[in-house]
Amino acid sequence: MSSATDSTTRFSRGPDANGFYGDFGGRFVAETLMPLILELEEAWEWSRTDEAFRRELEGYQRDYIGRATPLYYAQRLTEHLGGAKIYFKREDLNHTGAHKINNCIGQILLARKMGKRRIIAETGAGMHGVATATVAARFGMECVIYMGATDIERQQPNVFRMKLLGAEVIPVESGTGTLKDAMNEALRDWVTNVDSTFYLIGTVAGPHPYPAMVRNFQSVIGRETREQILEKEGRLPDTLMACIGGGSNAMGLFHPMLDDDSVHMIGVEAAGHGIETGEHAASLNGGEPGVLHGNRTFLLQSVDGQITDAHSVSAGLDYPGIGPEHAWLHTQKRVEYVSITDHEAIEAFKLCCELEGIIPALESAHSLAHLKKIAPGLPGDHLIVLNMSGRGDKDMASVANWLEQHGDTDKLPNTTVEAAEPGRIDDMQPPHDVAKKTGETE
Amino acid sequence: MATRITRRLEALKAEDRAALVTFTMAGDPNYQASLDTLKGLPGAGADIIELGMPFTDPMADGPAIQKAALRALKGEHTQQKTLEMVREFRREDQDTPIVLMGYYNPIYRYGVEAFLKDAGEAGIDGLIVVDLPPEHDSELCLPAARAGIDFIRLATPTTDDKRLPRVLENTSGFIYYVSVAGVTGTAAPTPESVERSITRIRAHTDLPIAVGFGIRSAEQAAAIGRFADAVVVGSALISCIEQADSVEAGTRDVHALVRELSKGVRSARLTPA
Repeated sequence: MSSATDSTTRFSRGPDANGFYGDFGGRFVAETLMPLILELEEAWEWSRTDEAFRRELEGYQRDYIGRATPLYYAQRLTEHLGGAKIYFKREDLNHTGAHKINNCIGQILLARKMGKRRIIAETGAGMHGVATATVAARFGMECVIYMGATDIERQQPNVFRMKLLGAEVIPVESGTGTLKDAMNEALRDWVTNVDSTFYLIGTVAGPHPYPAMVRNFQSVIGRETREQILEKEGRLPDTLMACIGGGSNAMGLFHPMLDDDSVHMIGVEAAGHGIETGEHAASLNGGEPGVLHGNRTFLLQSVDGQITDAHSVSAGLDYPGIGPEHAWLHTQKRVEYVSITDHEAIEAFKLCCELEGIIPALESAHSLAHLKKIAPGLPGDHLIVLNMSGRGDKDMASVANWLEQHGDTDKLPNTTVEAAEPGRIDDMQPPHDVAKKTGETE
Repeated sequence: MATRITRRLEALKAEDRAALVTFTMAGDPNYQASLDTLKGLPGAGADIIELGMPFTDPMADGPAIQKAALRALKGEHTQQKTLEMVREFRREDQDTPIVLMGYYNPIYRYGVEAFLKDAGEAGIDGLIVVDLPPEHDSELCLPAARAGIDFIRLATPTTDDKRLPRVLENTSGFIYYVSVAGVTGTAAPTPESVERSITRIRAHTDLPIAVGFGIRSAEQAAAIGRFADAVVVGSALISCIEQADSVEAGTRDVHALVRELSKGVRSARLTPA
């Protein structure tokens, strides 16, 4: 094998047998969970080569999720920005409105093979919870979703959806009542109900094999993109872009092309109020390596190793960690990681609505915002594929709140203005608290 | 050289009684109170002291210990202060073994080698780090052994005979049997089922076996102390601090409960089962 070949095949190989991508990843869990994680790894390894499992998965991807999703040429945005040629990978058109279900369908098929009857999951503001409740309903399994108490208050529509789908939604009051605490609580449930329960993690984080397993279930995004762009343009894209909370939609898009050296990749973290303010969710750009939730990765934390809260207008990006494979790709400089503030994301959100007739998830709006920055400076034959990871219907209340907080009220319906309590802006929380918690960890 | 932990457990074995191991959280509810609590534990009957290192995200702990950690962190407790507490304790007590218990991240951030050096100098005898299974022995377990600090591992109901040798391989001091699959502070299983598990583990090791999770009363401590080498009580002591009317009352109530538990442990093998 030539050295050139080596250099073009090295990035997609991870993890190693212990679940490490370089220094990142691993299985940092309590002993009670170790046998379960090893059992899961064994089942997952089996599923990777089992032809019947693959056919079954592809059947549900096609007939239940609605795959393949289109690769859409965003002509008006391309013309408006006046540079690179822009495509959207339309994960927003999946059943349940985001990429989340790609992973959920894969894991629940695995759970069924393992004879598990009870599914648990964490959710930030509901999108992974809804996708999990959806597949649990489809396969007739008991479903328990852990969700921060504050998020439950703010995300009643998603809570209602989960309940309609037959899930039990348990408010998490412990810790700071955020997504990380929901994950802690799900782990505590799993430690307690080891025999019956399958923990369906929603992102490319957690103990091995979750980061690799979730990535592989999400890699259908990148595989389709590769085929579709070759069909439309006869060559690979020059740049891939995706938003990153935990990082599952990005890993899914990136992984099948990691070894194609010509493809530049950009992951977009949430800078919240700005990295310099300390109120952000940019684990790579503003965090340090540490160990949480079963893996070593970049974390928002104090100098003493205590985990700190993340801040973003988009709850889907509002997690103090990031998948370990991203941490590795960051240190290897294979993927460029940038960050976008709440304000920039909202502006891009509006632009996409107006120019493309697509209401993007606030998570996806972060990658749109970075696209706005770079596309004008690139030549017209530069191909960019942006992962439209989810649709923004879920974000209506959050966006309305944010616009109102910032005096951008010309589009607000009267009902929204009336619904706001007098004095709320001045007397209550800073805007990021009012407007946050809308989506899901990527 | 035998460590304080081994010396203490061998001495108690000669007395034919189980050790009482107490768990309290460093910095809960504040530095001085938790130090006062710590200093009084040996006099109240604690044979080995587990001192919790607070962490924001204690994923294997129930509500009592979660809240204790947050109380400590609210008071700006740090790893440095935990070590300082032990240094202060050691000025008066050179014999009672101290085991630090917690999660890996605060140690990782401190720096493993620096932490082991400072912990050894402070007089810490052992470590229990919940989220470091034997698969990650190279992280902290093996460096701790080199530094002369016992690395005490948890065995659980899910640790089957196939896995036990791996769990025991680099464990020293004692093995901590978590009697239920669950978080700290949950209901205890029957002594009979725990005894069966202990018998199973004894077939694999000569290490002393401590039993914890769900033991709250002198009666329970006595029942487990009949066959276990050590009995661990944590959440019940933490609850004393949470429920006390004052900081001083919390310390007093912890010591009172430890005295009760100590009687239970000391009486365990004096009466027929």
